[in-house]
Amino acid sequence: MNTQPTFSERWSPVLTVRGLSVDYEADRPVHAVREVDLALGRGEILGLAGESGCGKSTLAYAVNRLLRPPAHVVGGEVVFHHADGAETDVFALDGEQLRRFRWNRLAMVFQGAMNALNPVLTVRAQLEDVIRAHEPATDRRERGRRCAELLELVGVDPRRLDSYPHELSGGMRQRVMIAMALVLRPDVLFMDEPTTALDVVVQREILAEITRLRAELGFAVVFITHDMSLLLEISDRIAIMYAGRVVEEGGTERLRRTPLHPYTLGLLRSFPSLTGDPTGLHGIPGRTPDLAESLDRCAFAERCPYRREVCDGEQPPLVAHPDSPAGADGRAACHAHDPSRYGTAPPESLLRGEFRPIEESEVIR
Amino acid sequence: MTYLRRKILFYLVAAWIAITVNFAIPRMMPGNPVDILLARLQQGGATVLPQSRRALETALGRSGDGNVLVQYFEYLGNLFTGDLGVSVTYFPTPVLTVLGQALPWTLVLVGVSTLLAFVLGVGVGTFVGWHRGTWLDGVAPTTTFLSAIPYFWLALILLFLFGSFWQVFPLAGGYDYDTTPGLNAEFLLSALHHAVLPGLTIVFSSVGAWMLGMRNMMVSTLSEDYVLTAEAKGLRSRRIMLAYAARNAVLPSIAGFAISLGFVVSGSIVTEAVFSYPGVGYVLLQAVQNNDYPLMQAIFLVITLTVLGANLAVDLLHSVIDPRTRKAE
Repeated sequence: MNTQPTFSERWSPVLTVRGLSVDYEADRPVHAVREVDLALGRGEILGLAGESGCGKSTLAYAVNRLLRPPAHVVGGEVVFHHADGAETDVFALDGEQLRRFRWNRLAMVFQGAMNALNPVLTVRAQLEDVIRAHEPATDRRERGRRCAELLELVGVDPRRLDSYPHELSGGMRQRVMIAMALVLRPDVLFMDEPTTALDVVVQREILAEITRLRAELGFAVVFITHDMSLLLEISDRIAIMYAGRVVEEGGTERLRRTPLHPYTLGLLRSFPSLTGDPTGLHGIPGRTPDLAESLDRCAFAERCPYRREVCDGEQPPLVAHPDSPAGADGRAACHAHDPSRYGTAPPESLLRGEFRPIEESEVIR
Repeated sequence: MTYLRRKILFYLVAAWIAITVNFAIPRMMPGNPVDILLARLQQGGATVLPQSRRALETALGRSGDGNVLVQYFEYLGNLFTGDLGVSVTYFPTPVLTVLGQALPWTLVLVGVSTLLAFVLGVGVGTFVGWHRGTWLDGVAPTTTFLSAIPYFWLALILLFLFGSFWQVFPLAGGYDYDTTPGLNAEFLLSALHHAVLPGLTIVFSSVGAWMLGMRNMMVSTLSEDYVLTAEAKGLRSRRIMLAYAARNAVLPSIAGFAISLGFVVSGSIVTEAVFSYPGVGYVLLQAVQNNDYPLMQAIFLVITLTVLGANLAVDLLHSVIDPRTRKAE
């Protein structure tokens, strides 16, 4: 499935997020993204998963400088690494600089392509707009040629250039959006739930298209979804978000086989596997914490079957756990893998990958 | 283009129905124009001879009698030859002449000011909506205040201030009687001078509504994904504002514009009454006061046809700016 060779030797970052925090201004500010550290390698597909409201879309919007009031960045930085080694501080860009940077290096495919296309302009006009805004010297014929080429690239008949969005099917619209994102050959593509509104067959096709295009053009993808099974299939690396933080991050295979964080475990147990045990299907009872709280504890503690006293008192750092079954691959924010804090070795059942939801809260003392 | 043909056919049928209704209504109304005219002549001090009735009946077209169908076709025929009867108020001037003199005044004055108010309102609304959340939001309540003032009162105040107090603009009429109506600079300037005050009141009283509607539509359109996409695409803000936000936000206003264009002829009654402007509204007022059925009938017909014409124009405009309306195959 993953045709990507092991990227560990060639891994070089294309985008680095450090300590990024985003608040939604309100009477009690909502801390939607909290001190997120994340690095995206050149050409890799990073899956960003988590349930609704965990801050994954907000993170993507912040990195793309698309937050609108009342949301605003309260801390952190985003650095874009050019292929030649130069760096761009994304948050320092302003006005015309920002406009030129946009779509050129980072492009985005939005949730629900139904609404991401302007209903009163033809596909051609919307594609050409990008060229006209970034490469004003391009003449009409060249623009037309490139637009036709792009549609062909994503598997849409170029005759569709003169169609309006309402004349296209949902899948075609999403393909057009992908074509639009690729106009300037960006290095990073953010895809926010790109297949959520589509039926499974079309969803398949789009995913295959993304994988194919990635292999062909070599861009990196940040793939945002709540659909774990889909992520396991498409990503090289996965980051799991919970209550505004990344709680676990690592290679897809490792994450599937030996998830460290109980929340990751819970997510993996909450969808059926075609080949696996059909009885081991669970939900994660409980609700996400109030994001207006400052949370100086583990945000997942009240839903966690493995919680101990320390989980209620201290925020677990997102660090590597070399002694765990995961080894050096990835990081997890969980006290259970740190015996000095947890007080005891990680529970056997956690290492076995068991997630038994707790009905009533019981703290292991 | 099949869309165009279908639209025009639809409007032709609508016009035919309107014309037919216009034929039927006066025939169902009580009263007899000949009696009214005779009474008026008598009041005026003229001697009414027995033959007069017969003569008037012939003049007004009652002599033919015949059945309704014959009358109907005669009416249609007269309509096409421009024979709309003789006005009672301005007896014996034909209705067509009366209308021909009044219509241009109204069409130009109310038409131009309605268009001006629309363009101005939508333009300012686009700008204010685009800069939502800034001090510009304060503009909206000001214009709402203007729209809230009763129209005739605003007209009277303006008339008092500019016409009577400062005497910048004339108090009444459509042009200076010293000038000769026609295409000469003197007359046109005088007509413009007379049109400023009534035009301003129309613009003042309606621009606020256009602005507010457009501003609000802009704000809701700006939260659409395609505007966000446009921003992410790194387009210039002018392009985003006009082609992505305003072009979508203006659609409801266009529909509203169709309705107000339809009122160009009929909605001018108060304006023309206050400013004694020689337009259709003023003539209609006279016609109603004098039971002038032929004139009223003709004016109603003109109003109906303007509404239809304005709707057709806006329908076509709508199909140009909103491709989704074109596809109703």
